Amino acid sequence: MLIAFFADIHANRQAFEACLADAQAKGAQRSVLLGDYVGYGADPDWAVTTVMEMVGNGAMAVMGNHDHAVGTPSETMNAEAQFVIEWTRSQLGPEQRAFLAALPMTIQDESRLYVHSEASKPAGWIYVKSTLEASTSLSATPAHITFCGHIHQPALYSLSITAKMTSFTPTADAPVPMLPGRRWLAVLGAVGQPRDGNPAAAYALLDTEKKEITYCRVPYDVEEAAARIRKAGLPLWLAERLLAGQ
Amino acid sequence: MAKPFHDAGKIIDGFKLEEMVHYGDMAILWRATRPGLPAPVIVKVPRIGENADPAAIVSFEMEQMIMPRLSGPHVPKFVAAGDFSAHPYLAMEVLDGKTLLPRLNDLPLPYDEVAEIGVKVANALDDLHRQHVVHLDIKPSNIMVRPDGSVVLLDFGLSHHAQLPDLMQEEFRLPFGTAPYMSPEQLRGIRNDPRSDIFALGVLLYFFSTGVRPFGEGERLSTMRRRLWRDPVPPRKLRADYPQWLQEIVLRCLEIEPAWRYPTAAQLAFDLSHPDQVKLTARADKLQRDSFATVLRRRFNTDLTNSRASAPAAAQISSAPIVAVALDLDDSAPELVEALRVTTERMLATMPSARLACLNVLRQGRITLDSPLDERGHNKRIDRMVGLRHWAEPLKLDQDRLTVHVLEAVDAASALLEFVRNNRVDHILIGARHDTLMRSLLGSVSSEIAAEAPCTVTVVRPPRAGV
Repeated sequence: MLIAFFADIHANRQAFEACLADAQAKGAQRSVLLGDYVGYGADPDWAVTTVMEMVGNGAMAVMGNHDHAVGTPSETMNAEAQFVIEWTRSQLGPEQRAFLAALPMTIQDESRLYVHSEASKPAGWIYVKSTLEASTSLSATPAHITFCGHIHQPALYSLSITAKMTSFTPTADAPVPMLPGRRWLAVLGAVGQPRDGNPAAAYALLDTEKKEITYCRVPYDVEEAAARIRKAGLPLWLAERLLAGQ
Repeated sequence: MAKPFHDAGKIIDGFKLEEMVHYGDMAILWRATRPGLPAPVIVKVPRIGENADPAAIVSFEMEQMIMPRLSGPHVPKFVAAGDFSAHPYLAMEVLDGKTLLPRLNDLPLPYDEVAEIGVKVANALDDLHRQHVVHLDIKPSNIMVRPDGSVVLLDFGLSHHAQLPDLMQEEFRLPFGTAPYMSPEQLRGIRNDPRSDIFALGVLLYFFSTGVRPFGEGERLSTMRRRLWRDPVPPRKLRADYPQWLQEIVLRCLEIEPAWRYPTAAQLAFDLSHPDQVKLTARADKLQRDSFATVLRRRFNTDLTNSRASAPAAAQISSAPIVAVALDLDDSAPELVEALRVTTERMLATMPSARLACLNVLRQGRITLDSPLDERGHNKRIDRMVGLRHWAEPLKLDQDRLTVHVLEAVDAASALLEFVRNNRVDHILIGARHDTLMRSLLGSVSSEIAAEAPCTVTVVRPPRAGV
């Protein structure tokens, strides 16, 4: 089975639509959504409604820190993110807010764990920046593969049977075998706000038969997504960083 | 012999182990059969379970990831794999033929035979590097020669794939490889430089042509590290008749700094195939190792002894192509000859490691035996070579980046195509024939090249005249 993973959509309609179309064209049969459907982008209403429909059709979705902040204002967010969250809340209806508030922090699916950030403390919203956090995350779960997002930079960590960590920056569209003798942490790049210097939207495909993961990059209409951010009166920097992928 | 991990007759994933063919430190090879497969296969089983060496497991995992992704005539064909959750194994084609290991009894080999082996191995390496893999364990026992003379590279357990996680890199702090063949940068922990394989091939060429290993056999790290600053004895000191061109090539492969070696295996194969075109430098003349002062300077030059990142294989290969330009100096309009030079110059300007081969076809009559001399008694071939060098002079290329070749043939297009194929040319530039009468009579060479060449083709036309 081919499962598509989407993380950090951040209300970017153009990017998410492009990724969904790409995944469909490649034959994805199921979807997993790894949190942060809102924040930063100009289409929170569309994004949450789309996610709700996907979940209604069998997709799995966990909560991200921005989704959490819509219902529970957070003191740890920076002022810019806080401003956007206030605006986002005004864009969402009660049904959508209730959906976001009810999302689970983690989902265990066969031998796979889905979580937005580092898995040992899902509500701590810790970034997986290096083998250090990856190792903490892998120690906290017996899952063979953990999928997360949050940092907006794709990476793939593995833990060998001799307890050594490896880290790897995946090449776009080159499948990587996930050897069963190791445990893996797949950190996804962002659909809606890539920060690895490449403005193309990021998502991933897992082939459960071949046991291979492919990190995909999809070009999308960045100009339009940026124009919508400006039009909504959101901070201009949020539009600029989309164009640079930073 | 220690107890094998499995016994003959055991069935793994449908493969029946028939006969043990090799018992190595890391793995055991079996000849095996499976109903439904047309021929027996080789099944490689890692040596785990006994005194499990983590290196055996990790290198097996690497090979399991890399082998299914390789293709072409220079690697064993992958058949199937099983992982550690059940029975770990790798099944691949049975290769007839022998490795280069038994040839160690015949050393030193004749120079032309060493060059011939070198061309084949370098071409196989070029194929591998273009598939994003650095082998990192090139040595005689990992090079198989098929009965038809073609070469297959074996054992990817220590290899690095640019698009896959490098499990060896993170698992082990000590460098892995085979001591006499390991490059200086491998000793410093760098595993992604394809020029490490060029170094190892240089060790092999040196050993096969002199009978002596350039850096000895010592396996202690302190002994191995000497190659970071100590150059090998020049082959000409060991064999008085050692050709200068071969010493030039071998010592260039063995340069301590990867940037001073051949930029690609294809360029090394090119030089080994054209001994008369090898640009001889101070390397070719050397009869003594470098002076004590030079060695001392290198010893304490931290730039050389510290580890450093290098560009991945794909980037190195694409920045160092072999470019050929086909020139018809007699029959072409001067504007076309100039347009070819301008296009060539622009192309080379962006790629400082590219090399240029200037080609000219000396047409032979189909029936008559042509004289090598023209009506004035000049040697046509030499005249053409002089003409090609004169054409290339304004490009101001270093001599080691430029070669000229006069191909004698009845059919120009076939001769050019053969050169392109045999020398792994990446890009050929050719002028369009201007004269419509000639084209209608003889057909267009450029269109045949554009249709048939296995590489990029640029057809150059002179600039349009003003209207």
